[in-house]
Amino acid sequence: MRTGDPQAPGPSAETLVRAMAGTIPTRGRGAARFRDVGLLLAVVLLAAVTAVRSPHFATAANLQRIMLDISLLLIVATGQTMVVLTRNIDLSVGSVLGLSGIAVGFLLKDHPAMPVTGILLLGTGLGLILGAVNGALVAWGRVPAVIATLGTLTVYRGLVFIHSGGQQVNPQDIPLQLVAIARPGALGVPVMVVMAFVIAALGWLLLRYTRTGRAMYAIGSNPDAARMRGVQAGRIVFLTYLISGALAGLAGVLYAARFATVNPASAGVAFELQAVAATVIGGTSILGGRGGVPGTFLGALLLGTIANALAVSGVSGFWQRAIEGAIILAAVAVDSLIRQHSFKEGARRV
Amino acid sequence: MAHDGRTTEGLRTRGLTKSFGGPPVVRDVDIDLRPAEVHAIVGENGAGKSTLLKLLAGVHQPDAGEVIVDGNAVAVTSPTVARSLGISLIFQEPTLFPDLTVAENIFMGRHPVTARLPMVRWRTMLSRAAALMESIGARIDPARPVGELSVAEQQLVEIATALSHRARFVLMDEPTASLTPREVDRLFAIIRDLKARGASVVFVNHRLEEVFAIADRITVMRDGAKVGTWAAGELSRDEVVKRMVGRELGRSPERPHVQPGEVALEVEDLTAPGRFRGVSLSVRRGEIVAMAGLVGAGRTEVARALFGIDSFERGTVKLNGQAVRFRSPREALRAGLAYLPEDRQHQGLIQALTVAQNMTLTILGELSRGGWLDRRREQELARRQVERLQVKTPSVNSAVQNLSGGNQQKVLVGKFLIARPKVLILDEPTRGVDVGAKAEIHRLIVDLAAQGMAVLVISSDLPEVLALADRVIVMRAGQVAGELSRDEATEESIMRLAVGTGPTAGGRKAL
Ligand SMILES: Nc1ncnc2c1ncn2[C@@H]1O[C@H](COP(=O)(O)OP(=O)(O)OP(=O)(O)O)[C@@H](O)[C@H]1O
Ligand SMILES: [Mg+2]
Repeated sequence: MRTGDPQAPGPSAETLVRAMAGTIPTRGRGAARFRDVGLLLAVVLLAAVTAVRSPHFATAANLQRIMLDISLLLIVATGQTMVVLTRNIDLSVGSVLGLSGIAVGFLLKDHPAMPVTGILLLGTGLGLILGAVNGALVAWGRVPAVIATLGTLTVYRGLVFIHSGGQQVNPQDIPLQLVAIARPGALGVPVMVVMAFVIAALGWLLLRYTRTGRAMYAIGSNPDAARMRGVQAGRIVFLTYLISGALAGLAGVLYAARFATVNPASAGVAFELQAVAATVIGGTSILGGRGGVPGTFLGALLLGTIANALAVSGVSGFWQRAIEGAIILAAVAVDSLIRQHSFKEGARRV
Repeated sequence: MAHDGRTTEGLRTRGLTKSFGGPPVVRDVDIDLRPAEVHAIVGENGAGKSTLLKLLAGVHQPDAGEVIVDGNAVAVTSPTVARSLGISLIFQEPTLFPDLTVAENIFMGRHPVTARLPMVRWRTMLSRAAALMESIGARIDPARPVGELSVAEQQLVEIATALSHRARFVLMDEPTASLTPREVDRLFAIIRDLKARGASVVFVNHRLEEVFAIADRITVMRDGAKVGTWAAGELSRDEVVKRMVGRELGRSPERPHVQPGEVALEVEDLTAPGRFRGVSLSVRRGEIVAMAGLVGAGRTEVARALFGIDSFERGTVKLNGQAVRFRSPREALRAGLAYLPEDRQHQGLIQALTVAQNMTLTILGELSRGGWLDRRREQELARRQVERLQVKTPSVNSAVQNLSGGNQQKVLVGKFLIARPKVLILDEPTRGVDVGAKAEIHRLIVDLAAQGMAVLVISSDLPEVLALADRVIVMRAGQVAGELSRDEATEESIMRLAVGTGPTAGGRKAL
């Protein structure tokens, strides 16, 4: 039980290696690693079973579809992960996605020749502004994150309807150059998928290797201690909302590219649940301070695979929702179990 | 470290004053910290010691007065500014990131980064943390999450953090409150080392023996004001106490030999693998049994298992002759067994509630009539305890979170005294409590026993154990190492059993 003997030698090479490896050690790391492996196994198993049972699963077109779905989710969930790490939440991402999709769609009706980069930047910029509103409310307005972003979820969705007048954006309004980024490009991989991977990788780098990213963990782990250490919690929480908003805005454009329609009543509706689910299933604690993008990637992978497997197996959408919900509950339960376990361990050593 | 070759005059304050709305809790304080000294600050609970340190460390801003470092007046506007001035505060309760590693806790906000891109260099950070921990003789893996560490280990992390800032003024608020004697010795070695490096160490502590063992000078505070500063050799222990409380203090009552009644709590062969094994003990009505042992010996674990917080694998527990096995604290309380936990911050008190609400929480049923709370009785009961324990609070309706550390502890004790259980388990009941209140709490415990309550006191404070106990059960490494009668118990005989250098009593084999 006792450590901290003065005579004992310094940290072993093994420790240093372990610390350098994949995950940053956090409390309950044994359990966390078990969860990562478990998630991966679940995905593989699910894919194998579905492939055997349904001829529509393991086709090139279907795998493509899964990749596109996961990409969209991964982009939004990467931002969500940062928000959740600081012990906050962004429930408005679905509405941000919808608003960005609608705004860009209507713009394209009048300016079909806009370059793709411009379109992407516009959507991202719009998301940035919407995220700034969230960030200001939470970081400086001191509004609890759930309340603030539940409010903006409703407001932004309202704006979607006002801006669109209830009209949807139709396939003929989406120019081909935009649709192309969701179609197989060089090496058969759509640009959109590459973008998602690059974004997730950048998110991972930010969280693991920058002081700003580490401060996000600090704020979520112990806000008081963070303040004592001179971490500017307000600014950093604001930043996480900016990132989350911007990524949801970008996802709005990608949504338009992927589906070539944007319906104000359905685009991005309940997407915040999926983003939070991917984050929490991946092991980011809903209480902040631990987790990260690699886990979120696994979470998105699992959710995407499940949704698709259920769809190709002909299971109804309602069941999909219920199953997703059950998985989220399980993930939160596992998180709190791990927490309790490590708390007891800590308390016992006091 | 950083200060050789530089002229270091040290730190002074002039007329430092602070109030939180009401009367000032730090009043016109002039204090000076010299290089290479250990400066103890003592005073009763609520005297303003912690607040003074927080003013120096930039946590609070003074209403008046100034802080002067090396002859220059400085504005300590934030903890960050304080650290840049070489001032580091180690809090009464560890202020760390439980999810993050030791290394990151030390370097948060100042992670070593690569020269070209601002990328955290984990390997460098880990080895620097390892070097720092080693320099204070601590053997803690820098890659371990801090939440897994014991309080003593967490404190070492805080000290390492202060060192990494090249702190010249290390302020420690009750650092020994939850340490074992051995850990205290190690801390003292570190403090002496800091002093040898030229730092001034401020040390707030209620245990005067420790103060005299380490301090060069002693500042006494009373009611927010400084009474004076003396060289440690100039004063005796009793003189310090007199200046703290402003009066002579009666000694703790000599405990009369009592004739205990029937067995109230009987534990047989209690075992929970990995935590404790084969624990047997009994407490009679009217008896005070102390459970001594090093921190981590499994005493708290046994108490938690008895109280229904944790489970145990086998063994029997009898309460007043009836076999019981509580699955929750609620069941235990109903049956008349109460447990005062050691961790008041997280388990004992609800910080946002008032003193009165906290104290009467466990007897709400008794206090209600037809579902409505009898506020008058609540207030009155609470007021009586506040008076009895001399809790320093503006009123019984103040939030507990604004009380000083020691006064929170008194509220917690008050809460358990109000509940009047048949068997009371107290876990470190006087940690962080000043000498006057400690005597008062001891008197209350003795009173309760005299009225027929069976009391089990877990304590690492040997003078306390000796003052209170009719019998002493010593635990070591999860087992009962031995039992001492009141006449057999001395500091030495207890420590012998606790560290395992003496013969193990009762023929039990050591782990
Ligand atoms: N944030 C706050 N708001 C209101 N009152 C406070 C606050 N902090 C401290 N006080 C009050 O200031 C007084 C001094 O408290 P302080 O914590 O400095 O005492 P202390 O000497 O450290 O006592 P202890 O030995 O019990 O730790 C107490 O009466 C306390 O109630
Ligand atoms: Mg204090």
